[in-house]
Amino acid sequence: MKILKGHGAMMKREEIMLEKIFKKYKLQKSALVPVLQDIQAEYGYLPEDVLRQVARKMKISLIEVFGVATFYKSLSLIPRGRHHIQVCTGTACHVRGAKRVLEEFERDLCTCAGQTTEDQEFSLETVNCVGACALGPMVIVDGGKYHGHMTATKVKPCIRKITRKEAE
Amino acid sequence: MKKIHSLAEFSRFQKTWSARKNGDPTVVVSSGTCGQARGSEDVIIAFEKVLSRRGKRPQFDFKVTGCHGFCEVEPIVRIEPRGIFYQRVTPADVEEIISETIGEGKIVDRLLFRDPVTGEKCLRAKDIPFYRKQKLLISGNNMRINPARIEDYLEAGGYAALAKVLKGVKPERLIDEVKKAGLRGRGGGGFFAWKKWESCRNAHGKIKYVICNADEGDPGAYMDRSLLEGNPHSILEGMLIGAYAIGVSEGYIYVRREYPLAIQNVETAIEQARKLGLLGRNILGTGFSFDVKIAIGGGAFVCGESTALMSSIEGKRGEPRAKYVHTVEKGLWNRPSNLNNVETWANVPLIINKGAKWYSKIGTEGSKGTKIFSLVGKINNTGLVEVPMGITLREIIFDIGGGIPDGKKFKAVQTGGPSGGCLPESLLDLSVDFDRLSEVGSMMGSGGMIVMDETTCMVDLAKYFLNFLLDESCGMCFPCREGLDQLLTIVTAITVGKGKPEDLQLLQEIGGMMKDASLCALGRTAPNPLLSTMRYFQDEYEAHILKKKCPAGVCKALICYEIWKDKCAGCAACAKLCPEKAISGAKNRPHEIDPAKCIKCGICKDTCKYGAIQVI
Repeated sequence: MKILKGHGAMMKREEIMLEKIFKKYKLQKSALVPVLQDIQAEYGYLPEDVLRQVARKMKISLIEVFGVATFYKSLSLIPRGRHHIQVCTGTACHVRGAKRVLEEFERDLCTCAGQTTEDQEFSLETVNCVGACALGPMVIVDGGKYHGHMTATKVKPCIRKITRKEAE
Repeated sequence: MKKIHSLAEFSRFQKTWSARKNGDPTVVVSSGTCGQARGSEDVIIAFEKVLSRRGKRPQFDFKVTGCHGFCEVEPIVRIEPRGIFYQRVTPADVEEIISETIGEGKIVDRLLFRDPVTGEKCLRAKDIPFYRKQKLLISGNNMRINPARIEDYLEAGGYAALAKVLKGVKPERLIDEVKKAGLRGRGGGGFFAWKKWESCRNAHGKIKYVICNADEGDPGAYMDRSLLEGNPHSILEGMLIGAYAIGVSEGYIYVRREYPLAIQNVETAIEQARKLGLLGRNILGTGFSFDVKIAIGGGAFVCGESTALMSSIEGKRGEPRAKYVHTVEKGLWNRPSNLNNVETWANVPLIINKGAKWYSKIGTEGSKGTKIFSLVGKINNTGLVEVPMGITLREIIFDIGGGIPDGKKFKAVQTGGPSGGCLPESLLDLSVDFDRLSEVGSMMGSGGMIVMDETTCMVDLAKYFLNFLLDESCGMCFPCREGLDQLLTIVTAITVGKGKPEDLQLLQEIGGMMKDASLCALGRTAPNPLLSTMRYFQDEYEAHILKKKCPAGVCKALICYEIWKDKCAGCAACAKLCPEKAISGAKNRPHEIDPAKCIKCGICKDTCKYGAIQVI
């Protein structure tokens, strides 16, 4: 009973949040991209049932909503891990060896770019240029911490630092 | 600040702004994205701490600005009005700067930039070789303006061009002025701005739009970001003038999501301009109305294409359409829409302020004004450089950029991003303008300039761009979607040693077909990086195909790591870090790599202090 109650409360909170987003954009069809971006920011991904609600509410066909959701890089149908690692693979970072850095992350985390580790701890992503080319190859952790001049050798210590911070 | 209701009121205000200068020195800290990545925020906190301190301390003003261009030596601190240029400043230097330079007027020697060639110390920015050949017409104000304060922009003469125009310049004359100036679009193609403006003005329709394309998707280019972050009002002013000339009252700025600071600064700028009556209804009491909305991109390279961008603003997939009917006639929501790039808009106030005659003296016959390039890759002085059109590649790369690091040899420079091409050493004396670059198989593009040295493999680079483009192709038209897939398959085969001599011919054919038959500019220009590397670096392709070797030592399937026995000291540093435990050997004896276990990650080479590990 207790669990059910908790579940109900969560559902309600979700509904309120969705209502808020719909209200913000006044259900305008042209606001589909920002609506999905806001949902992505709240959930970390786009859950299927939420996309269905979006389609119903905004009177856009579900296939169109899915079409947009799968078109843009910032939108994802896969849940994101607790930590978000972005490896910049812009041209400047590429010529300075970003590929080797990415491969090392993939090997160390046992996952591929665009995926989340099985334990839901890390999401690994590539990003096309963050405009900090002087520091390339560049890795951004959790959206704000910049790690410049990365090499394959620095990958393990970088991951260790994230997990250690957690433990503290 | 209160709302300004008339042009007369504005010019009264203007006088008070320009008169408002006190004698205190000003500390200017650059804090664009690259500055922040290097720790400028900590430096700012350190200065603010001193400012909040009670008791006796030297008096000074404090200003945080956008990017100063020289990303390599960020965080930069300038002391105005003397123009002292301190580089690589850390929070620990702050006390000394305040007590020595501001208090005593002395210079902190170790923070000055040293010319790597002459060894001389450079006191001011203009003494530094990086800045000496630049002409900072558009990006210069980045160093003077706090982007969060409209007052700073007004003090620097901002919105004067708008006021001048609103005083009664006829829209047709305005378009004519832009025509005489010879302003060409800075986003890629170099289309004449006046042509678009005129067609859009003449197009039928009550509601029209002007749009600013800030979806800077070219990986390795970030000049638009720096302008949006550092001087957003100059772009708004440009759009206002454009809107007046075309007869538009609504505008959009389409910014990519990867630039959070730019979005924030543009939002602030729009709000402040509205409050002051420089955006909105009845601007400065002249009856002219114009307002701007921000649309945030979802992260798709193709959305830099005009029709795809407009369809993205409409809330759809960012797919382009064929341009039988131009966007100036039927664009956003099927209404006439004029789209220009960030840098193009930023040029407009300059042309109005200084006049077309003055502007058209800068640059070459076909390309007027300056262009901002992001000089990145294997280069000593990474940063944004603004140079007059017509300067040579050699001047940019060697005089401004300071050449290639670690004494390596220059190999190629890539301009124009994924739509551009790679140019070899023999073309270094090419003068940089729209037409010359197209002639040699590259393009100006948005201004990315990626320098490569001998350790960059050109086949691998072509593969990189094909991969990027295949990922970013919207998939709507067949030539682009399938063509890229085929090109990538063939080039990948070449990089793993499975290339055949006849592949080169096939690549040419597919590339030619894509150029002719693709729907939008993304597909039509997609083969450029591949075809230009094939044209200028044919020997490298042949080495991969015939000799099964990668001369630059990049393509994993064609290389092998080996330890030089006479250089190896047997310290075992590499063996410890090797993820596959492929390195073995007795202590203090030369080690060996087991090629069967080696995954060629290169960690051993990075670790070795003796340079004993080589790629063959």
